[in-house]
Amino acid sequence: MATALARALHQRAGTPAELLIRGAHALDPRSSLDEPCDILVRHGRLAELGAHGTLPSPGRGELIEAAGRHVFPAFVDPHVHLREPGQEHKEDLESGTAAAAAGGYCAVIAMPNTAPVVDEASVLRALIDAARHRARVAVGFLASITRGLGGQELTEMAELRDAGALGFTDDGKPVVSAGMLRKALQYQRLCGGVLALHEEDPALSAAGVMHEGAVSARLGLAGIPSLAESTMVARDAALAQYEGARVHFQHLSCEPSVQALEQARRSGARVSAEASPHHLTLTDDLVRTLDGRFKMNPPLRAESDRRAVVDALRSGVIDCVATDHAPHARHEKEVPFEEAPMGTTGLETAFAALFTELVLTGELELATLVERLTAGAAVFDLAVPRIAVGEPANLCMVDLDAQFEVGSDGYASRSANCCFHGRTLNGSVMLTLAGGQVAFRRRTLAGARAPASR
Amino acid sequence: MSTRAPKHLISIEDLDRAGIERILDRAESFAEVAGREIKKVPALRGRTVVNLFYEASTRTSSSFELAAKRLSADVVIIRSVGSSVDKGESLKDTVQTLSAYDPAAIVIRSPHVGAAQLVARWTAAAVINAGDGKHEHPTQALLDVFTLRRRLGSLDGARIWIVGDVLHSRVARSNILAFGRMGARVTVCGPPTLLPREIESLGCRATAKLDGLDQADVVYVLRMQHERMLDSYIPSLREYAARYQVSATRLRPAQLLMHPGPVNRGVELSGDAIDSPQALLGEQVKAGVAVRMAVLYELLVGVPALAAVA
Repeated sequence: MATALARALHQRAGTPAELLIRGAHALDPRSSLDEPCDILVRHGRLAELGAHGTLPSPGRGELIEAAGRHVFPAFVDPHVHLREPGQEHKEDLESGTAAAAAGGYCAVIAMPNTAPVVDEASVLRALIDAARHRARVAVGFLASITRGLGGQELTEMAELRDAGALGFTDDGKPVVSAGMLRKALQYQRLCGGVLALHEEDPALSAAGVMHEGAVSARLGLAGIPSLAESTMVARDAALAQYEGARVHFQHLSCEPSVQALEQARRSGARVSAEASPHHLTLTDDLVRTLDGRFKMNPPLRAESDRRAVVDALRSGVIDCVATDHAPHARHEKEVPFEEAPMGTTGLETAFAALFTELVLTGELELATLVERLTAGAAVFDLAVPRIAVGEPANLCMVDLDAQFEVGSDGYASRSANCCFHGRTLNGSVMLTLAGGQVAFRRRTLAGARAPASR
Repeated sequence: MSTRAPKHLISIEDLDRAGIERILDRAESFAEVAGREIKKVPALRGRTVVNLFYEASTRTSSSFELAAKRLSADVVIIRSVGSSVDKGESLKDTVQTLSAYDPAAIVIRSPHVGAAQLVARWTAAAVINAGDGKHEHPTQALLDVFTLRRRLGSLDGARIWIVGDVLHSRVARSNILAFGRMGARVTVCGPPTLLPREIESLGCRATAKLDGLDQADVVYVLRMQHERMLDSYIPSLREYAARYQVSATRLRPAQLLMHPGPVNRGVELSGDAIDSPQALLGEQVKAGVAVRMAVLYELLVGVPALAAVA
């Protein structure tokens, strides 16, 4: 049974939104909604839906004339790095959730590879408390599978679940030992919670910094072969099936991993998977620039891999989009490629990048994209945001025709290491409602106080 | 058709065939300067060249220093040991500090791929890549082409084998590209663990066996480092030498032998091969100064007026 976002996630209290969005094209595949609508938000909830022009101006609140714009259920990102505690020079709960709101997200799930690692209930409780004061959108937290991400000892998984962990991951690192992962999968029977896995065999990825292929051969950079990921997907799917456990594969990047995932699904393993906007739209050819913005783990792969991941997202073999938003400070990325840390930001550009590179090119339907941008909630047993009367207002309004140059206006994130920096993209998020509050509105969005009566 | 002089020399890809030939032609005239009693020309008088070396180097750093001095430039040499680099100064800060002296050129050697390209982003000086990790070493490739052109007249149609640790070699990458641009047919040969996947995409053939080496006009041997054995790329230097060492018995009399140095005598090359008259190792070193003079001239003075040499 899915849990309401507001119950399992954490967000600062604020003023509930009061507004009427008039004439926007509402698209929500889960509600079979695909038409121009008037949407009335009262006290942070969807109070009324009506055909375009049928809802009267509200007595209070704001009227937004939105003809030509689109309204979607707000997105849910199952994989972000908010860097708090310990690396606030890169990002924190406030700046990270501001970036999420600017990207149309109403909820994000934060990874535990912070300093200290989220491997004890006390660290988790402090984070939840901080989120209740400072998060603009709802934040959920995963705890680590092993203490200090060391791969040696299990965390107190049951206690962490009681303290509010949505699940577990050693993200950034694989659980190298099959024996250790097996114990965590067994423990899942006691405490529940999805195990999210970063799949990488370090014996194969070794000192690699990019995809192994023609580009790495040309540049003399050590390569990370695709099978460093796919062999671990196959291994862990087998372990999960044997233990009757449930696992989620993070940021799948290549064709062999998709094949391993398909095989796992066919054999009935309880698996889910995510893909990231950069793996869905970019390839290792960009690494020829030697720009550290294109260094991430898993790395940008070949075009055949990109297409396989897109196909899997379209068919539903891959469940959802996850940004793996990974901010790094400017000075950390302004070094030779091999020295730069792995990661790209992604919250503010996910929709526009995927809309421009996949929907406008005909590779993906808009409705499918919207579904996959929200489906991350279901992976963690959370209620997926919907446009339906009575639901909490988790909405984003997008101008699909608006073009913008990524980064030209700066970023809401504290970091600028965005792999789409400088690109011209279509699809500008104008307004985001998260948990019934206005979490983001673009400066250029005109609104009007509603007149007292019509 | 000859192109404009590039602003930097970071990769062989910065030069087309005409550009390479222009540099080599100019190197010929500078080689003539080396035969004079006073080996100096005033081309760069009053200008500063910074040599920034983050990696040990004997021949590259000394030949760049001599090249700049023979062009009458002021030369500043920074090595990572004993400089503020040692104190943790970032590459960016070091480059910006040195750029405050308004150098005409920065020559950089770094253990990291792309270092020269980054430096070019942070300075107004012309940047010359003197080796960046396993990526490229374009002036080595130019001096190798220079040496071969003197012997063969032209590289068109020449069959060149590059033998050894291709995976870890910046010389291999620059030379595959440079030899290819000059019309040669390149084969790379080495243990399968030391041939990068898809290396053929650089425009060469790849093989793990020396069979067919007798078809080569030129055998270019790469340095085999001891560490490769510790990393299990090869089981032993002994076995490597048995399979891949280029010795006098494996060479045909007419074949030319090259090596970028420093040589591991008895590993990738036998002593008799090094000392044979087919070996061009000494000519390669000698070419280093003239070719690097020509590169500095190309970037700092420009295309016109070979007359400045006279």
